[in-house]
Amino acid sequence: MSSLKHKMPEQSPEARRRNFNEVALGYTADIAKAEAARCLNCKAAPCRKGCPVEVEIPAFIHEIKEGNFDAAIEVIKRKSNLPAVCGRVCPQEDQCEKYCVLGRKGDPVGIGRLERFAADYAMQQNKKEEVGKKSNNLGRVAIIGAGPAGLTAAGDLAGLGYKVTVFEALHAPGGVLMYGIPEFRLPKDIVQKEIATLKELGVELVVNAVIGKIFTIDELLADGYDAVFIGTGAGLPHFMGIPGENFNGVYSANEFLTRVNLMKAYKFPEAATPVRTGKAVAVIGGGNVAMDAARTALRLGAEKVYIVYRRSEEELPARAEEREHAKEEGVEFRLLSAPVRVCGDEQGSVQSIECIKMQLGEPDASGRRSPAPIPGSDFNLEVNTVVIAIGQGPNPLIQGTTPGLDTNKRGNIAADDFGMTSKEGVFAGGDIVTGAATVILAMGAGKKAAAKIHEYIQNKKAGK
Amino acid sequence: MYTIIKKEELSPGVKVFIVKAPLIAEKCQPGQFVILRIDEDGERIPLTIADFNREEGTISLIFQEVGCTTRHLGALRTWESILDIAGPLGQASHIKKFGTVVCIGGGIGVAPVYPIARAYKEAGNKVISIIGARNKNLLILEREMAAVSDTLFITTDDGSKGAKGLVVNPLLDLIVAGEDIAQVMAIGPVIMMRGVAEVTRQYNIHTLVSLNPIMVDGTGMCGGCRVSVGNENKFACVDGPEFDAHEVDFDGLMIRQRMYRDMERMEHHPKEGCSCHR
Repeated sequence: MSSLKHKMPEQSPEARRRNFNEVALGYTADIAKAEAARCLNCKAAPCRKGCPVEVEIPAFIHEIKEGNFDAAIEVIKRKSNLPAVCGRVCPQEDQCEKYCVLGRKGDPVGIGRLERFAADYAMQQNKKEEVGKKSNNLGRVAIIGAGPAGLTAAGDLAGLGYKVTVFEALHAPGGVLMYGIPEFRLPKDIVQKEIATLKELGVELVVNAVIGKIFTIDELLADGYDAVFIGTGAGLPHFMGIPGENFNGVYSANEFLTRVNLMKAYKFPEAATPVRTGKAVAVIGGGNVAMDAARTALRLGAEKVYIVYRRSEEELPARAEEREHAKEEGVEFRLLSAPVRVCGDEQGSVQSIECIKMQLGEPDASGRRSPAPIPGSDFNLEVNTVVIAIGQGPNPLIQGTTPGLDTNKRGNIAADDFGMTSKEGVFAGGDIVTGAATVILAMGAGKKAAAKIHEYIQNKKAGK
Repeated sequence: MYTIIKKEELSPGVKVFIVKAPLIAEKCQPGQFVILRIDEDGERIPLTIADFNREEGTISLIFQEVGCTTRHLGALRTWESILDIAGPLGQASHIKKFGTVVCIGGGIGVAPVYPIARAYKEAGNKVISIIGARNKNLLILEREMAAVSDTLFITTDDGSKGAKGLVVNPLLDLIVAGEDIAQVMAIGPVIMMRGVAEVTRQYNIHTLVSLNPIMVDGTGMCGGCRVSVGNENKFACVDGPEFDAHEVDFDGLMIRQRMYRDMERMEHHPKEGCSCHR
């Protein structure tokens, strides 16, 4: 047996850097079975402790190995409401695959790739699931935000027998899966198909509903919802506060990616939303969002795309896979560099970005070596567009209109490990609680909160 | 889907839609706006709520056909519908009894100023309004503004109606005549709002402007509507749209309004062909 994972079939870097089609093409049935055969099916199943939603990993892999692909997806769906999404965007190397026994001597089992295979297989079969609408008389729950946390909580609660309404501020459900993660990493029709499955479960989705404006949390509770779950995410982009940041051509990563992903600016003028890239683009930051923005800029036709990151490659927070994909496609990394100011022309458009070289000093509170500028090392990158991908804060719309809901000093909603907030009947989870993190952590939070909401409502109804 | 139950042309290229949107009509306050999207390939654009009728469950949207999306919007007919409307968004106007308030609307800016002027009036203020346009044909809501104002001044650039000149002229006259103005609310083209701000700054009169920068989501998520206010970046969608006129960087705002000017030439057409002129 090979000590290496079966390679993921991919579009070649030359081809994919100019199209928005999915980069990773997915395992074929034969590759999937061969990869599944690598799994030792260990009793202890250490992989499961790495999964925030506790998918029964050895069990589903065993089904794939046996060629029972329908059974495999059923096993996954017992725990995960969004398998086609998780198989694509979870950082498996830090989760399930990190604990795989095979990983000690070679590559761990390609758990994520197998999950994706099972989910895609089920979608391709277009098999109407037997789920049907369950009875929904256990109570009513309102979910705020149709992103990973909210959709997971919604799916679990509907499955338990609750009548669930999901309120989404944008015109399409999916949250970051729709507006943030690009088509070439997560096709939008896959997201919508996963959401359609939730609708079949009886989940009601209300789009264009900005909670805090159209209804407050208190109004929802007064309207007969037994509980409210807030999963509004990390939606307020940070800017750097450097001169020139308001020149035309400076985008937050949120805006840049929303224009392209949600609004389909890559189809302009067929789609009405424009986006500007020009010949050269600098993306500030080193996380997954920065990689997404850089690779999107290439696909929009930019000739030069730079990642400007103030620490070294070692500290780069993006997944290794994303970093490698970006490099293969031709993104240039300017590491140990920090922007000082954006320079514009007389029309107010970005002309270049002035940066300074950094050196790493002693580790800071986060354990990472803190960067300090090297005096006199300034350099200029000629660019037409700057995308700032240095993180997001919590969206303030709900906190500001919900008395009794405690927040921390960063404005995140304070909640315990089960999503309980300071306000009775109100639960929260995902990025709105933790600050910007991953899809799967938000899903894990949604899952835990759903269980707690179930307990809360049933206790309350029992008069406990 | 949000049905257009009435459509009217107020002046050439300026239209008013009465749209069925009961939840928004129930909650909205003067000063707030909505974001709409006409169809699947449409862009999201902000429009101020020009009026609302809570009993009928309707809101009024007034827009000028200046770009591609507003032209497509203008081509929609009564009983057709708009795919998405989200709102009410933004902070409501702060309405209380200030004393004498001057409400200034320029061009299409008269539309958002109207519900605010009415609310000021209902709160017991003396409302002096100044509305202006390039010429008399482009002047909108004259009757409505007159009904909620103690005094109404009209200016046109060419003198075809009211006094010839800019809206700041009657304002200056009022100030010089000793009118005790507690607050000015000015909404219109950026250059007009800047002009009003320059005048009132000299006399230290508290002045608000309502900004309408380029937005995508309207909920604070994209930061595209950021504007420097008192040397600090604010998001017009969640912090505004009203700001202290004496703190706003109007020059920066004007530059940002031009962001996609080059791209306006490459216009979007729905698949079935352009419906602008049907």
